[in-house]
Amino acid sequence: MLFSISWRNIWRNKVRSLVIIFSVALGIFAGVIASAFFRGMADQRIQKVINTGLSYIQVHNPGYQQTSDFANYIPDAAKLTDEIREISNVTGVSRRLLIQSMAASAETASGVLISGVIPDEEKKVTTIHSRIIDGEYFEGISRNPVVIGKKLAEKLNVKVRSKIVITIQDMDNDITSGAFRVAGIYSTDNNMFDESNIYVRFSDIQKLTGFPQNAAHEIAININDNDNLQFILSNVKSITENKLDVQTWKELSPEMNYLTEAMDMYMYIFIIIILLALLFGIINTMLMVVMERTKELGMLMAIGMNKIRIFSMIVLESVLLSLTGGIVGIIIGAFAAKIGETHPIDLSMWAQGYQQLGYDAFVYTSLDTVMLINITILVILTGVIAAIYPAYKALKNDPADALRIE
Amino acid sequence: MNVIEIKSLTKIYNSSEVQVKAVNGIDINVKEGEFTAVVGPSGSGKTTFLNMLGGLDKPTSGEVKIGGVDIWSLTSRQLIDFRMNNIGFVFQSYNLIPVLTAGENVEFIMQLQGKPKKERAQRTKELLEAVGIGDRINSRPSKLSGGQQQRVAVARALASKPEFILADEPTANLDSKATTSLLELMSNMNKKYNTTFIFATHDQRVMDKARRIITIEDGKILKDEYFNRD
Ligand SMILES: Nc1ncnc2c1ncn2[C@@H]1O[C@H](COP(=O)(O)OP(=O)(O)OP(=O)(O)O)[C@@H](O)[C@H]1O
Ligand SMILES: [Mg+2]
Repeated sequence: MLFSISWRNIWRNKVRSLVIIFSVALGIFAGVIASAFFRGMADQRIQKVINTGLSYIQVHNPGYQQTSDFANYIPDAAKLTDEIREISNVTGVSRRLLIQSMAASAETASGVLISGVIPDEEKKVTTIHSRIIDGEYFEGISRNPVVIGKKLAEKLNVKVRSKIVITIQDMDNDITSGAFRVAGIYSTDNNMFDESNIYVRFSDIQKLTGFPQNAAHEIAININDNDNLQFILSNVKSITENKLDVQTWKELSPEMNYLTEAMDMYMYIFIIIILLALLFGIINTMLMVVMERTKELGMLMAIGMNKIRIFSMIVLESVLLSLTGGIVGIIIGAFAAKIGETHPIDLSMWAQGYQQLGYDAFVYTSLDTVMLINITILVILTGVIAAIYPAYKALKNDPADALRIE
Repeated sequence: MNVIEIKSLTKIYNSSEVQVKAVNGIDINVKEGEFTAVVGPSGSGKTTFLNMLGGLDKPTSGEVKIGGVDIWSLTSRQLIDFRMNNIGFVFQSYNLIPVLTAGENVEFIMQLQGKPKKERAQRTKELLEAVGIGDRINSRPSKLSGGQQQRVAVARALASKPEFILADEPTANLDSKATTSLLELMSNMNKKYNTTFIFATHDQRVMDKARRIITIEDGKILKDEYFNRD
């Protein structure tokens, strides 16, 4: 009955309670929407980094990670690639030859990282092929095609079919050059990436450098779902007999992993600040409640409500008050965030700056259930904290005095 | 059998320089089944006396024994439970929990006592019928007249099966018709359940019904008279 007393007590002063409920609902709504938005933004950013080159899992020669030395390659990469491709839930495996080089046009030159890839395999791992804005992905040019980023194309002032000269150090540490022709120009919205990454056919660069035919510096693995990451990771590790570095995107790009965590933490801080502001409103309301009901509380104590029950009754009223607002806010917020999962929010007005940093102009929200549960807990906690002082005041009531005041 | 035994009960209020001896050495016993009025002029100490009997106001000195238990030697926790189980209260006003219906108000105290649901429901119904408002079991107090509210309060006080019921000016806010019928009711309940009633009053009609009248003045007993009302 304590529960129904507390619940009905809320509605004794409807306007006052509704004001509190509305403000809690508004605050929580803002918190839910903001967290879904920023989480969505972070998820998209991570997904994009994975899709444009990082991939879910990479395999390297243990020495490569430290020195990126051309000589630190995986000798039997072709065989490993075939084996990894057999693991279930693996959707693509690409073996890459990586080499730092100078790319020069008739006008100027720029430092780039060349990825020598087998186009049909690379297509299954990254999405560069779907981001071609001019020309085609390794097609239309029969000899030494190269795919470059938009930013680099602008810098070198080259177009599709233009010639680029690539200068590298080969296996014998001699400087060699090769002439390549632009087959396609891609754009990932990340200017830094676009300026420094170019793609050539594995066989072309392999011949130019004298690199072993079946080797690679990197094996990039694509999978169907991040949930399968650990399972596939352990499979790949056993295939490589733990002799190679096998790392997930989380290790390869810790900053991407921290991005989600940091985003979440900022959101909790944001929500706690909102709740802190609401806390004072609830304390104020509960103090009024206790003051108004001095006689009633005195009567309750007289007839046998002990302190624990009085205390619980007031805490319960405060919790129900905040929780009602919280649940309304969560439901509306979750509903709006759900819509945002399929209807992206258009940031193109401000997107110039974001794109430089690798964020999309369209943000799909991403709703996290754990976050919603934690928000609910925080709201309950707020209700409890808000009630402590008023409830303490209520306990200070002396029934004899309370009943005497006329 | 004595339900209440009071020995040299005293209450002194120390309010800013002046000492008020609200109750000044009262010795009295109350027997089971009594229907007793405590009367006296305003400020004579009736409320103070009743509050000390009811375990609401701590005496400066003296002793209150209820069913043999010295209630002021109990801890405050024990005292709350003791009140709940042994004393029924009917106040002048603010008797009922406004958000609960008449029935729930009566049931509430039995729930605090931990009585099983079935017993609660049955007793609630029986008591509300006994006080003559069985048809208003689902009404909130605000939908009841002052007299009806006091009837619910009497039913609530009876619900816990107390040793006695304390009523401090229960009719003060009632018109004369409601006063007469509430008295009638309390007197009937007193006979029906043999429940001891002690009430403070100014009201002549209440005194006329009482079978014992204790007159207090300046915190002392002036008269203690018994009447045969049959
Ligand atoms: N909390 C208190 N502090 C100081 N003095 C008090 C307090 N309560 C009561 N008194 C004093 O004690 C005396 C007795 O008061 P009490 O309320 O018991 O009288 P009463 O007989 O019930 O009066 P009434 O008929 O007006 O209800 C009065 O002089 C009153 O002013
Ligand atoms: Mg009085």
